[in-house]
Amino acid sequence: MKTDDRTAAAHGSAKSYTVGYLLSLLLTFASFGAVMHAGPSHGLGLAGLVVLCVAQLLVQLVYFLHLGSHPDQRANTAIFVCTGLLIAIVVAGSLWVMHNANVNMMPTQMSAGQAFSRN
Amino acid sequence: MNTAFTPSHAHAGGHGDDGSMTTMGFWIYLMSDCLIFSVLFATFGVLAANTAGGPGGRDLFDLPFVLAETLLLLTSSFTFGFAMLGMHAGRRTAVTRWLAVTLLLGLVFVGMEVHEFIALIHEGAGPDTSAFLSAYFTLVGTHGLHVTFGLVWIAVMMHQVAHFGLDGIVRRRLACLSLFWHFLDLIWICVFTFIYLRAFL
Repeated sequence: MKTDDRTAAAHGSAKSYTVGYLLSLLLTFASFGAVMHAGPSHGLGLAGLVVLCVAQLLVQLVYFLHLGSHPDQRANTAIFVCTGLLIAIVVAGSLWVMHNANVNMMPTQMSAGQAFSRN
Repeated sequence: MNTAFTPSHAHAGGHGDDGSMTTMGFWIYLMSDCLIFSVLFATFGVLAANTAGGPGGRDLFDLPFVLAETLLLLTSSFTFGFAMLGMHAGRRTAVTRWLAVTLLLGLVFVGMEVHEFIALIHEGAGPDTSAFLSAYFTLVGTHGLHVTFGLVWIAVMMHQVAHFGLDGIVRRRLACLSLFWHFLDLIWICVFTFIYLRAFL
């Protein structure tokens, strides 16, 4: 039955949900374990957490939301990639701009003249 | 009785497509929701250090508690997956049972979150204490509201499965609800990473 195969590919199976769940559990425990059981000199910094976070997002997108290159899912995947780009611009842009504003902001006790003369 | 002329047929009136366009439209809605959350995350990222002399995340957050919340939500996503497998197999009781399990897990999650919020407010760390806490309550509260609406939707769909059976409309609605529920899990992954765990780095 061709349609059944197609449906199984687009909607997952008990096996794919279980694999996704186990992978998610593993990544969740890795994230929490790294922060909760690491001493003050934790080996895993923010970069490590971000990697675990992105890995788990991908696991859930593939195994639970069934995103992929399957013909039924191609449009959804394309929309998701566009949204991801927008999110990256909004989040990274906000943090970047506001960080610069914090670093370069004129202290309140400084007059405009003093601030200009600093340049 | 010919099922084509039962109320489920009238229920189906006016819908021409097979549901794939609807799920794609719903996916676009979810992506716009994603943008709302990304703006709230950006706001939190900007304000996270502005504690205005009040307590910071490290003093307030209880990681084992957050881990328990995470496991509840993750497991509820898994059980929802099995409800969808039941739907594709046409097994009505299986769908209802898995939806009930998902509903229960979601209720416990929302209960824990409400408990956490009340405890924070009693500790004097309410949303009015600092910009950090305002951003925290807005972001986590928005996610909690989404979960609450998801729970209402699950309850409604349990009723619809019982009342209409697994007809085309109910299947389409369950497919949208499935996307919504898994999507909330995605947001929560970002919440526990960037709000809770980040505070202890």
